[in-house]
This record gives sequence, structure tokens and C-alpha cells, in this order.
Amino acid sequence: NLLGVRHILLVLSGKGGVGKSTICTELALALRHCGHRVGILDVDLCGPSIPRMLRVQDRAVHQCDSGWVPVFVGQDRGIALMSIGFLLERPDDAVVWRGPKKNALIKQFVTDVAWGDLDFLIVDTPPGTSDEHISTVEALRHYKLLGAILVTTPQ
Amino acid sequence: MAEAAGAARPEECPGTDSAQAGRAAACQGCPNQGLCAAGAAGPDPAEAAELRARLRAVRHTVLVLSGKGGVGKSTFSAALAHGLAADEDKQVALLDIDICGPSIPKMMGLEGEQVHQSGSGWSPVYVEENLGVMSVGFLLSSPDDAVIWRGPKKNGLIKQFLRDVDWGEIDYLIVDTPPGTSDEHLSIVQYLSATHIDGAVIVTTPQEISLQDVRKEINFCHKVKLPIIGVVENMSGFVCPKCKKESQIFPPTTGGAEKMCQNLNISLLGKVPLDPQIGKSCDRGQSFLSEAPESPATLSYRNIIQRIQEYCEQRHSREEKNI
Repeated sequence: NLLGVRHILLVLSGKGGVGKSTICTELALALRHCGHRVGILDVDLCGPSIPRMLRVQDRAVHQCDSGWVPVFVGQDRGIALMSIGFLLERPDDAVVWRGPKKNALIKQFVTDVAWGDLDFLIVDTPPGTSDEHISTVEALRHYKLLGAILVTTPQ
Repeated sequence: MAEAAGAARPEECPGTDSAQAGRAAACQGCPNQGLCAAGAAGPDPAEAAELRARLRAVRHTVLVLSGKGGVGKSTFSAALAHGLAADEDKQVALLDIDICGPSIPKMMGLEGEQVHQSGSGWSPVYVEENLGVMSVGFLLSSPDDAVIWRGPKKNGLIKQFLRDVDWGEIDYLIVDTPPGTSDEHLSIVQYLSATHIDGAVIVTTPQEISLQDVRKEINFCHKVKLPIIGVVENMSGFVCPKCKKESQIFPPTTGGAEKMCQNLNISLLGKVPLDPQIGKSCDRGQSFLSEAPESPATLSYRNIIQRIQEYCEQRHSREEKNI
């Protein structure tokens, strides 16, 4: 499912609340504006912000033969998005999962989403250096991982 | 799995209170599996007894939570600790269970300090005679060392913090947490069930992107039956020191914490305005309350701290009456 993706970018920060999701969203929109095919993979399972930032928080995901179909954003369906936000019955539902269950879902998000052909897949992460980060890097190891962008604030 | 998150319980569900909850074959893929398994994996009776013994002399425990990162949990925890410890007759402990991003050592001016062992366990690092601190930050050889641990290892350290630290007799144990609703949060609630938790203070900022995550945290508290003392709204407006005009740097586009608290019938403990001195004090490891006693933010913090104290004291006297 990732074979059609040309570049994968991770957006990281040790710190929370510095603007990772904001940067992911703006970067995706800017790349789309330049004519690229873009996807966003939101692996912040406890606090998924991207659906709301792209105003698709009320959408749902569907299955196809190759796995899950991402949510396509905008009139031109120019950005593909996958987030746990789409799997919650109610937006305020807490995802109270320990590491192993988070790891399992992240693996599914990496291997079972039908991204199609993308120029860029941007991966938004939660703060920290724990399960989500280890699992994401491990699952993406064999693909074209371009690199990581680290986000901070001045203090 | 698209339907899994909201699916009904599986046909052969062992029951959420069963010892097999989360562990039976039928549990695989059930959206509640994690929660059930987490509940079933609480401390075993011997561990619970050990923790109870160690925490017997703790009068009040307050958890500082937020679904969202970067809203000021650690900042608030530090201010709460300093505020409570201003009464020299009170013994205060600040436990930092943010394993990946421990901010408390720096904020308390304790960077570079190490933990010492004694016959009675690990010694907390003391800022004042009556204010002790524990954090993974004190266990790192360099402040830039990344703690790249999966859940189980983090849980193990949190248990050690509660079991092996010689806190002594404490009036207030404040627990600073990382953002989210995951291992650290489940573990601290489970391990502290051996004693009792007065409640949680939930920190947010005014914008909907924060409130969205905070509502999840509130639901987490309900799920694990953790009382909520109330919500603190940080970064709530900025007053320019030059022209005195107030700006909303993080506009409350959906009504801020005030509206959320009204909707969810939760107490709003207070709103703290943005003050650049707060960030500076944190970076320098100084108590903001002492460095800027005249700041409107200090006044807000002090009011909030007083409300938390009143809540804890009232709970205590209610429980004493019930005995």
C-alpha cells in the first residue's frame, strides 16, 4: 500500500503543543497547492488533531479490497488523510489504550491503508519518544523514509 | 476495524469485571479490550499492599492531567507545589511521571541533581525543606538523553517511583503527567488505587483543538472513576504591559474552558492569563509566584491553589465523618 508513495516525512517533537499537527496540515496544504499528491497519516492516537484542522472530523472511513480507504479532503480530494479520529463513535471518546494495542493499530495504519500514488506522505506524531514513535519508524523502515522535521518553540 | 471502535461487545464477552476481561480469545479486536485488560492488570494483592504501606502517610493526592500537550501541566504542577509549600507546616511532594519529556527538574531549578539511595529507599530531591521532587530527569546521565521506552518499561518505573521513594509523611502529593490517556495514566490510577486520589486537575488552553483532547481526558477520568477537582484554563488572554490592551492569543472559538465546563457540569477553577514571565521563570528554574508576585497570573494561580486546597480539605473532613 505504500509502494506508490514517493517520499515519507515524519513530523516530530519531544514536546507537546509546539505545533506539530499545525505544521503537518500547513505543509500538506502548501505541497498540494504546488500540485503534489499528498497524504497525512495521523498516528497521535490519544489526541488526533488533524481531522478537525482540515474540517473533516465528521467523516468516516470505509474498507476496500486493499484495506482502508483514507478520507479525501477538499473539493479536489487532493489530500488523503487517515486518523484514529475517524474510527471513534463519538468525538469525545477517549482512546485509553496501552502500548501493545496502539502498536497494533499503527502497524495497520501503515500497511492497510490504500494510499494510492502519492508524492508525499506526512506523518503526524504525538509528543514523546515512546510506543507510537518506535512502532511508526519500525513499520516504515522498508519504505522511502525521507526524514524527520523537528518542531519546537523558543523556550 | 473501521466499525470496531464503536462496536457492541463480542458475543462471548467474559464480562468487564471478570478476571478474563480483555484477555479471553473473544476479546481480540473488541474496542474495550485495552481498557478491560488494563483493569485486569492492576497491581496484584502483594504489590497493592506494598504500595499502600509506602503511601500510607500521604494525606492528599492530586493528579494534574490534560489530553493535550503543551498547555501548562508541568508549569501548573510546579506553581501548585510552590504555592502549597509556602505554608512551612505542610510537607509537599511533586512526582513527575512524564517519562519521555520530564520538565519538572528544570522548572524547579533542580537540573543536574541525582537521586540518592538510602536504607529506606530513593530520596526525593528537595527544593525546600518541605518540598521534595522525583522525576526520571534525575536518573539520566545527560539532560538530552532520550528515554525511548515502550509502555511496560514506563509502567515499571512509575511503580518504582511510588514503591521505592522514601517520601515520608506528606500532606500533598502532586503528580505531573504527560499528555494523553495511555500507559502512564492507567498505571498511576491503578497503582494509586492502593491509597486514594483526591482528584484530578485538568489543564487546557482556550482553543477548540485543546478542548477536543481535554474532553477525552475528562471521559478518561469518568471511565476510571477519578474525581475531577476542576479545570484550569492557561494562556487565557494576554495584557500588553505597554498599552494594557487585552488580546486573545488563543481565541476561544467554541467558548473556551468556561463553555466546556458548563456543558459538562465541571468546575472551572480559574483562568490564567499569558505572562511571558511564566516561561522565563520555568526556563530559569524559579518559582513564578515568587518572581512575579504582582502579576495577574500569580493572582489567578493563588486563587486556583486555594480552591484546590479547600476541595481536598472538604473531602478529608467528609471522609473522616463517614468513618
